[in-house]
Amino acid sequence: MTRSPRLAGAGAVVRRRLLVAVPVLAATSVGMFALGAASPVDPAKQYAGAAAFTASEENLAQLRANWGVDDPLPVQYLRWIGNLVQGDLGWSTSRHEPVASVLAARAGWTLLLIGVSLALVLVASLLLGALAAYRRGGLFDRVLRTAAYAVQSMPVFWLGLAAIAVFALALGWLPAGGLTDVTATSTSWGDVAHHLILPVAVLAVSQAPWFVLFVRDAVAESMRDDHVLAARARGLPGRTVLFGHALRTALLPFLTLVGTHLPELVGGAVLVETVFSLPGLGAVTVAAALGSDFPLLAAITLVTTAVVLAANLATDLAYAAADPRVRLDG
Amino acid sequence: MTRMRPTFRRLVASTAAAGLLVLAGCSAPATPDGSPGGATLVVATSDEPDALNPVLNYGVDGASLIFDGLVSRDGDNRLVAGLATALPELSPDGRTVTAKLRDGVQFHDGTALTAQDVVFTYQAVLDPTVDSTLRSDLDMVESVTAPDAATVVFRLRYPYAPFLQRLTLGIVPAKLLSGQDINTARFNRKPVGTGPYRVDSWTPGDRLVLTANERYFGGRPKNNRVVVAFVADDNVRAQRMRAGEFDAAELPPKLASGFDADATYRVQRVPTADYRGVMLPTGNAVLADPAVRRALNLAVDRAAMVTGLLGGAGEPAFGPIPPSSEFADPSIIGKPTADPTAAGALLDAAGWTPGPGGVRVKDGRPARFTLMYPASDTLRKDLALAVTADAKKIGIAVTPAGLTWDAIDPRMKSDALLMGYGTPYDPDFVSYKLFGSTFAGQGYFNPGSYRSEVTDRALQEGRDQIDPALRTAAYAQFQKQLAADVPWLFLTYLRHTYVLKSSVQGVAPRVEAHEHGVANSLWWNIDTWTRS
Repeated sequence: MTRSPRLAGAGAVVRRRLLVAVPVLAATSVGMFALGAASPVDPAKQYAGAAAFTASEENLAQLRANWGVDDPLPVQYLRWIGNLVQGDLGWSTSRHEPVASVLAARAGWTLLLIGVSLALVLVASLLLGALAAYRRGGLFDRVLRTAAYAVQSMPVFWLGLAAIAVFALALGWLPAGGLTDVTATSTSWGDVAHHLILPVAVLAVSQAPWFVLFVRDAVAESMRDDHVLAARARGLPGRTVLFGHALRTALLPFLTLVGTHLPELVGGAVLVETVFSLPGLGAVTVAAALGSDFPLLAAITLVTTAVVLAANLATDLAYAAADPRVRLDG
Repeated sequence: MTRMRPTFRRLVASTAAAGLLVLAGCSAPATPDGSPGGATLVVATSDEPDALNPVLNYGVDGASLIFDGLVSRDGDNRLVAGLATALPELSPDGRTVTAKLRDGVQFHDGTALTAQDVVFTYQAVLDPTVDSTLRSDLDMVESVTAPDAATVVFRLRYPYAPFLQRLTLGIVPAKLLSGQDINTARFNRKPVGTGPYRVDSWTPGDRLVLTANERYFGGRPKNNRVVVAFVADDNVRAQRMRAGEFDAAELPPKLASGFDADATYRVQRVPTADYRGVMLPTGNAVLADPAVRRALNLAVDRAAMVTGLLGGAGEPAFGPIPPSSEFADPSIIGKPTADPTAAGALLDAAGWTPGPGGVRVKDGRPARFTLMYPASDTLRKDLALAVTADAKKIGIAVTPAGLTWDAIDPRMKSDALLMGYGTPYDPDFVSYKLFGSTFAGQGYFNPGSYRSEVTDRALQEGRDQIDPALRTAAYAQFQKQLAADVPWLFLTYLRHTYVLKSSVQGVAPRVEAHEHGVANSLWWNIDTWTRS
């Protein structure tokens, strides 16, 4: 066996989690449909937009009949499940295209934005938080904390517009929005990366205070733990003590909390997408919710739930890897 | 289709093309590609279409850039021939229209336009299984047939004088859509039309890229490419305009005025038929009294709303037919400023006497009503608050209520509502249903159940009579009757505001409708725009 003994039993945990995931996903989708049914919004009027003022009631009724949105809820739900089993996610009434193609076209950009921002936030907050804790009350610590509280109080939307004003308008270093240059003839990765610098930075900065402050407090706390004091007493270099002992102890609760903070990151991503006109899931989710677009909402909810479940699983596995006392097969 | 992928092949092709140009020598005539105007133009709007298919409501009033109708509109919104050789004519009984098709028009894929395509387009709209809200506007069509490949005949159920105005609908190729589910067809994302631009790509939520149609029957566009960027947020659109990304962008009046002082930009404030007003339901005990409605009409300060709320980008409104229309009746225009003294005198004479708290009372009933507005619309909120303040000055207590449409809908019969709509094309289009008694209480058609025999007769005359003089007389009577009955408190016509780079040439604003986005905006004639 070459596998780390700490991850022994990981396979069983993954299988058990998958078994739990099925009823959780089913319950989520039922809840979503029930909430949607309670919504008084008429999808036909939403679809018609301004034409709702010139379209007759008969015309709107035909639209609803075409979509089957007036059918009883259980009928709609069973039809949706039936199609889902066949791999068909349904038809988005608010976007007017298959749900699968809405997700295919947009989910990638949202995941890219969130993924890169999260990675950036994690690395930066661990580094900055640990350094601040090492010289607690020092200049760096005070500046960092002040900055964190200041950023924490700024709405993401405002932060985004301010970043555009400074880096795109005043300095002209970075584009103000969009996924590619508006006149670009194709989607090249270099162009996309150039356009994602500001949105990723804004999302990361807006989410960072919470992480930085947490890491700083946790590391500061563990700096007073016996084993850290012992390490210092043995005369180990400060860097080894900080990153090898203190940070490692502080890492455990941090991992758990990253998982719980994910939804906030998604919420921030929606706003960032709006400010930087990125074609991600944010705008369509809002439109789907406003327009009672069951199929699209259900799909987005399911994807989000699956991502959160996967993140929880990953957190637990990481926890097991980081802490020898935690056993997965227990 | 030989669309080039943006890769090695394109490089090879352009290198080869450049080589050929060099071989042809300097005697080669200047192509539009070489001139500064031959470049790419970028425009930005918030309004992204759901589908690029005229059958599903894309650009039904023409100027859709991708499609053409049998007729189109010139810079004064007058009908001119489009795909038809000449402006078709309505038969004397007002029930038959025959259109002859232009010769040699090709769709973007090279196939020829025939009468069958026109028939297919209109039949698709009328098909109940197709998700088209346009069907309500084409109620009158009984049949559409093609006696030969170049002739289309419309037969109407009833005489309909403005029918030609409905022929701006873009024509789609039957071959690419017949036998398919039009609601889900791939065509809706990658359409093929006859218009000045073909669709190169559409990334929903991001941008639409159009390239010039070399074979356009109206002449090749003066630029090579048009990009329409979709930027939903107003502030973001303004920032990106300032960053120099766009040649033109639609912006709200207050954001647009920030560009006034800068010589590198030009602000266009385009007149519209897009009005805002308060619908006063007859089902409300206070508003049922004509004296209250007339007093409110005198008490609102339209001039202050235009300067204060619209930043000057608007005109006072006194009726549903815009002053720019040939049907507008100047006699209904009142004072743009408030006249609280006259309003108070009207209320006094009608028996509304000052009561406790400054609110007038008649027969023990206080002069009080609720004014609803869609909560997400800040302009309508501002207008509702202005009406509230003006009404307070004459002793009428208004309670403004910002709600969502689903909360507004069931209350429209008894609570006032800040509404807005309007098209510049024909008075029949919106007003027939908005003020006709047969539509009383039917959803957004006449939600306040206004009933007037004179109005009904005038609206019907306007629809039945082919003779323009008789129509003008009918609509004059209609406007006078509305001004007397005041079923609506018309407040302002908006101006749609756009910011342009000063270097853009060929811009010719025309009176706009409520709806404007990719189609039918300031860039309705973008195929003639150039950059100096």
